[in-house]
Amino acid sequence: MSIVNVALKQPHELQPEPAPPAAEPRQREVHLRFVGLGKTYQAAHGPVQALRGIDLEVRRGEVFGIIGRSGAGKSSLLRTINRLERPTEGKVLIDGEDIGDYDEERLVLLRRRVGMIFQHFNLMSAKTVGENVELPLRVAGVPRWERERKVTELLHLVGLEGKRDAYPSQLSGGQKQRVGIARALVHDPQILLCDEATSALDPETTQSILALLREINRRLGLTIVLITHEMAVIREICDSVVVLERGEMVERGPVWRVFGDPRHAVTRTLLAPLQHGLPEDLLLRLQAQRQRADDRALLELRFTGEREPDLAALIASLGGEVSLIASNVERIQGRTLGRLLLTVRGSARSADNLLHRAHAHVDRVEVLGYVAAA
Amino acid sequence: MSLLLERLWQGLIDTLLMVGVSAAIALLAGIPLAVLLVTSGKGGIFEAPRLNAVVGAIVNLFRSVPFLILMVALIPFTRLIVGTTYGVWAAVVPLTIAATPFFARIAEVSLREVDHGLIEAAQAMGCRRWHIVRHVLLPEALPGIVGGFTITIVTMINSSAMAGAIGAGGLGDLAYRYGYQRFDTQVMVTVIVVLVALVSLIQISGDRLARRLNKRAS
Repeated sequence: MSIVNVALKQPHELQPEPAPPAAEPRQREVHLRFVGLGKTYQAAHGPVQALRGIDLEVRRGEVFGIIGRSGAGKSSLLRTINRLERPTEGKVLIDGEDIGDYDEERLVLLRRRVGMIFQHFNLMSAKTVGENVELPLRVAGVPRWERERKVTELLHLVGLEGKRDAYPSQLSGGQKQRVGIARALVHDPQILLCDEATSALDPETTQSILALLREINRRLGLTIVLITHEMAVIREICDSVVVLERGEMVERGPVWRVFGDPRHAVTRTLLAPLQHGLPEDLLLRLQAQRQRADDRALLELRFTGEREPDLAALIASLGGEVSLIASNVERIQGRTLGRLLLTVRGSARSADNLLHRAHAHVDRVEVLGYVAAA
Repeated sequence: MSLLLERLWQGLIDTLLMVGVSAAIALLAGIPLAVLLVTSGKGGIFEAPRLNAVVGAIVNLFRSVPFLILMVALIPFTRLIVGTTYGVWAAVVPLTIAATPFFARIAEVSLREVDHGLIEAAQAMGCRRWHIVRHVLLPEALPGIVGGFTITIVTMINSSAMAGAIGAGGLGDLAYRYGYQRFDTQVMVTVIVVLVALVSLIQISGDRLARRLNKRAS
């Protein structure tokens, strides 16, 4: 597909759209594969293992997220894909080909097939916007007329036609990242690597850059691998995610699964800013056992996207007087995910019984305790 | 008076010739030397620690010898190169040899300050190492290099006065012979005025050029 088609829609008009639930990346062919990947640095105080036992597959055309706290090894892992970082163990396969033994010549060619954008944009300050986008073509020996055509096309794609002769210092952060994206795409790469591409941007600009990335992914069928420390970014555009902690994979899977049912403590910590804790007034009155008959049971229900929530059936199953306390439910990739807090009063059912009944209608349920009657 | 003017004019020409030729050579030799120092260092794109250490030691050697002594020590070499040890051209040799490592060290600082992220971006876009030097390191460091070259020229004007000691001529020589040896204060003051004007002109032009080349802040 030509890039020109993408340009039909102006980037600033793009809004992030939910991904179609049908497009399950599992069914697509493997584009990138990490096999037993490890990286050990020699630091002053001895060897430091930055990555360990990474086995991953990234499917063609998917947006793959790597998340973790700082120092988790995200950046090293991303950089093994274009060999800015050389693994000390294991291999990286692109389209089944091991890139580990590439010499400089083949690396240069590989890097023209793999675009990359950066947190701090890394634009050449002494070059205009046009010259920055043109640079990868220039060093590849592409003739001038062809470069002209390509630069015009790409600046149009990212919505910066009017800024061709401006210098990066005259642009806003979002505009700089658009130049970075144009520069990364100028060789029509098959893979785009994003290194915390929105971390230096304000929330609104972040949205517009993510929308642009999503659009590029859709229209060009580009495989995108991104790293971030913000779960919100993963939720916005990723299909699959891997959670790294101290250089190891602690959790991975489709985004809806990891969000709906985080299994590792690190994942939950990363998700915490997106979720509500227990309301404070309830926390103060919460007790482990039912003391009196009119104490209310506090239930936490989790929807992990396995099925559509049927509220009527759920409430009927609980019996008694059901109140909604808090909810954090959202739709990601066409699946309903999140958490409901309910209290149930007057139900004669025991906790076990309540749990058993509710289980028929919700993916996970837990009695958090009992709220003493006021 | 007209004799003084004539000598002053000749002195200025000699100074400009000495400094101009040496500066041009120092520029052509100093930049590759600076690039070598930066790129062969640890983590550099042409990493070669042993070569880096040797080149660094040679640069330090020439930088640490006072110019007056360097000039005398280089007399046999100067004779070999220009066939004489007397006059403007004989002064060009030690001036160049003193200015090149000086300028290389200053340019090295500017090159080293180029954000590593830019080098990484260049590698990621498929630049060969030579491309990184040409399209990233040199253009990004250019404003700093221009500033450093300005300092080098001013320092060379300074040193060129000492070259008078081997009969190189120039403004410094004029001031020394007339002002110091003949107690002719008028000549000395005039020479100082001319030198101040010359140095100011060079500094102002250099600053202006560096500012125009710097696109980092708008």
